[in-house]
Amino acid sequence: MSSLSKIIRKEVKELLTPATLIPIIIIAVLFGSLGGVFGGVEEQLEEPPMIAVINQDGGSLSLVAMAVFNATSDIVYNGTDVQEALNVLDEKGGVSLFVIPANFTSNIENDTQGTIEIFWIMKGAGIMDSVPGAAADANLMYVDQAISATLINHNMSDNASLILDPTQYYETTLFKGKEMTGISPITISSVMSSQSFVMPLIVMMVIIYAGSIVISSMGSEKENKTLETLLTMPVSRTSIVFGKLIGAALVGLLMAVIYMFGMSYYFDSLMGSSSIDLAEFGLTLSIVDYILVGMSLFASLVFALALCMILGIFTKNYKAAQTMTMPVTFLAMIPMFVTMFTDVDTLPMVAKVLVLAIPFSHPMIAMRSLMFDDYSLVLGGIAYTAAVALLAMFVAVTLFKKDILLTGKVSNSDKKSKIPLVALLQTISRKRKK
Amino acid sequence: MYAVEVKDLVKRYGTFQAVKGISFHVKEGEVYGLIGPNGAGKTTTLRILATLLEVTSGTIQIQGIDLRAKPEEVRRVISYLPEDAGAYKHLRGREYLKFIAQFFAEGDEAEALVARGMEIANLGERIDDKVDTYSKGMARRLLVARALMIKPKLAILDELTSGLDVLNAQEIRKTVKSFAAQGTTMLLSSHNMLEVELLCDRIALINDGMIVAEGTPAELKQRYDAQNIEEVFVKVVRK
Repeated sequence: MSSLSKIIRKEVKELLTPATLIPIIIIAVLFGSLGGVFGGVEEQLEEPPMIAVINQDGGSLSLVAMAVFNATSDIVYNGTDVQEALNVLDEKGGVSLFVIPANFTSNIENDTQGTIEIFWIMKGAGIMDSVPGAAADANLMYVDQAISATLINHNMSDNASLILDPTQYYETTLFKGKEMTGISPITISSVMSSQSFVMPLIVMMVIIYAGSIVISSMGSEKENKTLETLLTMPVSRTSIVFGKLIGAALVGLLMAVIYMFGMSYYFDSLMGSSSIDLAEFGLTLSIVDYILVGMSLFASLVFALALCMILGIFTKNYKAAQTMTMPVTFLAMIPMFVTMFTDVDTLPMVAKVLVLAIPFSHPMIAMRSLMFDDYSLVLGGIAYTAAVALLAMFVAVTLFKKDILLTGKVSNSDKKSKIPLVALLQTISRKRKK
Repeated sequence: MYAVEVKDLVKRYGTFQAVKGISFHVKEGEVYGLIGPNGAGKTTTLRILATLLEVTSGTIQIQGIDLRAKPEEVRRVISYLPEDAGAYKHLRGREYLKFIAQFFAEGDEAEALVARGMEIANLGERIDDKVDTYSKGMARRLLVARALMIKPKLAILDELTSGLDVLNAQEIRKTVKSFAAQGTTMLLSSHNMLEVELLCDRIALINDGMIVAEGTPAELKQRYDAQNIEEVFVKVVRK
């Protein structure tokens, strides 16, 4: 074997560790899952949208529209009562109610655009959630085309602009008890898209960065034995743990603010400034809402740091510390990908519970939830995250008083689990039995 | 009252017994050395006395304080210097001494501790340089200064001069001797038999978690008919 190949082998062995491979594999799996989701979206687009129709007109052009709806959509209600139609849609998971008013045909015949009243049932504020609505929206284009063709074929109008654009829409979006007039779910989702991307990204980056500060600090302190010195000082273990956590949390929050400015500017430039102001539709955040978002982020950050502190306790040196950030990275990436593309509320129950069980999910969804006045989810999220953060801090302080802090491992006997936390639990349970 | 009194100390990691029921005492102002081969239990014993590791069984009194019951009180009277320890690299030498001093005193009193630390470290103008620019000898002098500037009742020094050149090692030994003369009790471990012979009033030879011989250097040399402590060590360990 040549010297070159020996060195290459050594380098590959050194670099190709579980620590470098596993994150890549997990990211690949996550992207693969996203691919599956996008594939599902294509299927959704191919399926006819589930709609309700109320035709109060009965004129020839309303019948043309009805024919198009019949051909392109799955009509689950065709009657006269708006509330009844909305109830059926809600029950069957439909996306929209189209109401063709009594004067629809006569208006067009008299050179005025016919109005179709649309009630959108918004499922979630995520980008993917607007897909079924987009299919129904596309069918309106076919309605326009069919009416235009009818006007031309039957010489019903010589008004070119009316022929090109024979209908207008009066839209109302219904979502989480809010009735937003004059805006569609697609518009809401697209205007909110920068926020949907920015918040999860910021939370993930801050958690991973601040977390790695804590773990690296633990690794470095252990390697340099400065931790041993600190632990023999007249200072309580609780002060040491809290000092490290608060220091890293302050740095993390500072980073969050810097990221927030940078990312918001980046996304605004990328997506162009929107002419639609969501505040006009009651979709705005108050100072209290921003404080709640901050509290959610802070609680989540404290949990991340306490978790990293616990992981840092098991590390032996600076290099080993780098691999310890993996679990936190995964925990932050899962809700980031989920909340970027969909609304947690629209997930199946098991998936929803799993996502909400990850404390990092809560600040990621807080802004969107508050915009739709879903205070119970946000306040519950803050309480839950604060509770798990306190628990993690308690565990960290307890472990700081144990040998494991210096040895980096639980006793090397009794055929214990190789997983440090499991082994620790085994030790505790053995002590209790005694 | 002894400065340190250890009775039947056992330290177990699962089924592995690192320390197997050792007992010894150190008188106030005494320099007491623990010597033994690698893995004999020296560092484990020192770490227990420094309140870093939990005691499996046995009793330890430091300056009359029960270590198991009141570790916080013990930390007020001890100073521990780990083997191969480092200082915070982003700090300058003076800043490091200030950081440590603030845990023991405030205001002028803390300043006095720092001044004493600078005198012990004897780093000249380099005291204001970043710690990561220090040589191994300079860093160790800074750490010895950190450990002794607070004039602890008991200094626990693990491998005091390991890896240092003769000049640096000699300087540090002189410092330790002078502080011992001022009343600080010293408990140290070392692989350097000459150092142990030069520094220690009494020595305990520890092997496989047990104290196998104890006495003054002169007593041990006489007991084992040896020219020096190194010979004593070899004879005891091979027995």
